[in-house]
Amino acid sequence: MLIFLLRRLVAGILLLFVISTITYVLLYFSSDGIAQNILGEFATPEQIALKQAELGLDQPLPVRYVEWLGGAITGDFGRSWFNSEPVVTALFNRLPVTLTIVLGALVIAAVLAALLGVAAAIKRGWIDRAVQLLSLAGDALPSFVVAIVLVTSLAIQAKIFPATGFVPFSDNPALWLMSIALPITALVFQLVAQAAQQFRSAIIDVRRRDFVRTLRSRGLPEREVVFKHVLRSAAPAALTILSLQFVGLLGGSVIIEQIFALPGVGPLAVLSTTQGDIPVVMGVVVYTVIMVILVNLVVDLVNGWLNPKVRVS
Amino acid sequence: MSEAIVQNPQVPAVVARSGVVKRLAKNPLAILALLLLAGTVVASFLAPVLATHDPNFGDLQAVLAGPSAEHILGTDSLGRDVFSRLLFASQVTLAAAALAAVVAIAIGVPAGLLAGYHGGWFDGSANWVTNMLMSLPGIIVLLAVRAATGPSVWISMLVFGVLLAPSFYRLTRTAVKSVRNELYVDAARVSGLSDTRIMSRHIFSVVRAPIIIQTANVAGVAIAIQSGLEFLGLGDPLVPTWGVMLSDAFRNVYLTPLLLVWPALAIAITTVCLAILGNALRDSLEDGQKVPRVRKPRLEASAPAPSAVTTDTATNAVSDHLLVVDGLRIGYPQAGGTMKTVVDGVSLHVDRGEVLGIVGESGSGKSQTAFAILGLLPDTAEILGGGITIGSTRTVTPGSRQVSQARIAALRGKGIAYIPQEPMSNLDPAFTIGYQLVRPMVKVLGISKAEARRRALELLVTVGIVNPQRTFDAYPHEISGGMAQRVLIAGAVSCEPDLLIADEPTTALDVTVQAEVLDLLRDLQKRLGMGMIIVTHNFGVVSDICDRVVVMKDGTLAEGGDVRTILRAPQHDYTRQLLASTLEGKLPMSMLTTGTKA
Repeated sequence: MLIFLLRRLVAGILLLFVISTITYVLLYFSSDGIAQNILGEFATPEQIALKQAELGLDQPLPVRYVEWLGGAITGDFGRSWFNSEPVVTALFNRLPVTLTIVLGALVIAAVLAALLGVAAAIKRGWIDRAVQLLSLAGDALPSFVVAIVLVTSLAIQAKIFPATGFVPFSDNPALWLMSIALPITALVFQLVAQAAQQFRSAIIDVRRRDFVRTLRSRGLPEREVVFKHVLRSAAPAALTILSLQFVGLLGGSVIIEQIFALPGVGPLAVLSTTQGDIPVVMGVVVYTVIMVILVNLVVDLVNGWLNPKVRVS
Repeated sequence: MSEAIVQNPQVPAVVARSGVVKRLAKNPLAILALLLLAGTVVASFLAPVLATHDPNFGDLQAVLAGPSAEHILGTDSLGRDVFSRLLFASQVTLAAAALAAVVAIAIGVPAGLLAGYHGGWFDGSANWVTNMLMSLPGIIVLLAVRAATGPSVWISMLVFGVLLAPSFYRLTRTAVKSVRNELYVDAARVSGLSDTRIMSRHIFSVVRAPIIIQTANVAGVAIAIQSGLEFLGLGDPLVPTWGVMLSDAFRNVYLTPLLLVWPALAIAITTVCLAILGNALRDSLEDGQKVPRVRKPRLEASAPAPSAVTTDTATNAVSDHLLVVDGLRIGYPQAGGTMKTVVDGVSLHVDRGEVLGIVGESGSGKSQTAFAILGLLPDTAEILGGGITIGSTRTVTPGSRQVSQARIAALRGKGIAYIPQEPMSNLDPAFTIGYQLVRPMVKVLGISKAEARRRALELLVTVGIVNPQRTFDAYPHEISGGMAQRVLIAGAVSCEPDLLIADEPTTALDVTVQAEVLDLLRDLQKRLGMGMIIVTHNFGVVSDICDRVVVMKDGTLAEGGDVRTILRAPQHDYTRQLLASTLEGKLPMSMLTTGTKA
């Protein structure tokens, strides 16, 4: 298991390297007008040349890349070209908001998917059909459309929830909950669909297995058989789906944060890409890939805990 | 949201194509989805004809106007006609989504064919690239692309097509891998067909249907992400798309929330319809596996079965037998409304301290009978008639369609127990042996965990396990098949049941272990005074351990009675055949004279 995890970690670092390189090269070709953007349209050519030299834009690509990589390895991602804020600081200031809604949605979706999957697989009938239809809709509808519906109906019209803004937990827990309720709901709606389907089919499958029949023959209560034994064997497949979906969740959260005006990484990503603020864009990309790698690692660990066979191999 | 569909476990790799269209036509939801999609496509093509205004002409006198005769759906923040914009937006949105799908197919399918067919280095590196692409968040990549190339829906959909290619790649690769080693592909190769011919003729026909399904999914995802980007204000404001319209509407949400409705509806309807269509296609490809619930006339259920020789005169009154099965009939509903009867009028009984053998070949209904007694039939099975009484509990009353789970559940463990056939698959791989022994004792006998643990270790010694503590702590995959079967026997007798049902308890074991396990069963049966049913196809086992035997064939009882009598003078042809096959040519009598016990 330890070797397995180490291999995943090495693969992850390799991935991080490849992706950041590709992004950097891509961004290099778009960096021409940036000095002009920063200084405004009335800047003289001399001022622009000066700014380019200051930002290192006059250097060839390999030099710039090596310089960036050297900083990145030591945890220094430079400063924003537009407001000089260190990239790491900017990210860390915004991380709590994004992590709250993204991880909150992930956990709620996992629990909800398990419950829906169990209900659909065991009760069948109308519950099954309802869950299937719901997953179909949840899967197909973009989360931002769901968010728009939520925000116009529950926030703007009914005024139950705040339409925008974020209240830190330390300020007021109740308001904090209200401010993240709708964003999380929108993300969960999308996320839960596939996982519930996966839980459902895995549970139907596991319930047919021999050991479940034997456990039932031993006189264990049905509830215990389902929630302790069936669910445990069915969970890894569904959790893997969830970890794959996490990538999409990060993307979805960018739009959701924009809709609800949450001060997360999303708005930073949008602003920096429209401005061409390369250090910040790179920081956002690296952060995203790291998140993906971490969540995959955690899911691997959980699956290993759920299934002792994985632990030895 | 984009990467999720890459892993689509439900798409069948190999499918039958017959009658797909017919089955699809029976799905009203799919037809509705198809009609809506077709309507959207036609409307987008006819946009120049249908539109009442120039989509980009803004009438600043009529900004954010409500619906009127002039503007059917009102105007937006620049006074542009919403209806006309919606039509032209469909054009761009759908075409851009199609572009993404085409790019994804153009990259994914050939790569998948190549990787699946040839494997090797290409397979390895393609897998690596696929994994990398799948861990990229689409939006972030598209944001970066936009930063590099400026706002263009075409460029971003081109790039997104590349990001979506893995979903086609994986699909194709899996399908090709599974077909590649099929006989007919081998035959084609032997007969000298070139690889390209084989791929296009034999393999492409297999992946075609899943690709169509996946295309529907991918198109939906492309529309979603494209609209998402534009919603963020990153689209080209001069090109009307649903996302651009939504973005504009959302900025004026406090003034005219109605404006949100049209583009949101367009996006929602199109993506959901695409998903429904893909789903329906998949369902109709997945054959008629779904079994319609058939309502059987109740009359039939209570009618006594006419067939079968009954070994015992089974009475309806509660008898002093430990187990009475009376005219039991079990069936499975089939597609098309018919019922396949697998057990047809079986009656038998078991007394305390007695061992009954149920003999028959596979498919004779012997295991189904055993599972009915245990109340462990699959969900789809239905009791068509007869009754089962265990002790004084009627678990199947005449007329009921299922085994009463409430009644049988109270008996399991202490009243009735079960030893399965295949040892390894009957232990939960996620829990230790010890846990699986201790937990039922705690639940059924209500004893403490420590007491149950002590008893479990004792039981392991009883069933002949040399190092009980190590086995107790082990996971199922850490022990051998013979040990696992001993563990299962220990589990079955842990609550000292009155009736033990063993379903082919030795079939999966080595010959040397078989004899030991049979000895163990006989010992335990004697010691605990249990009634026991052994389900087997092996007359050797029967002669070894059983007192009485019933022979089953095609769901009915062929004959039954005292083991000695049956072995010595089988009445039924089928019994003779079975005997002959078991004893490999030896005469029935010779077996009996060498047998130690009958």
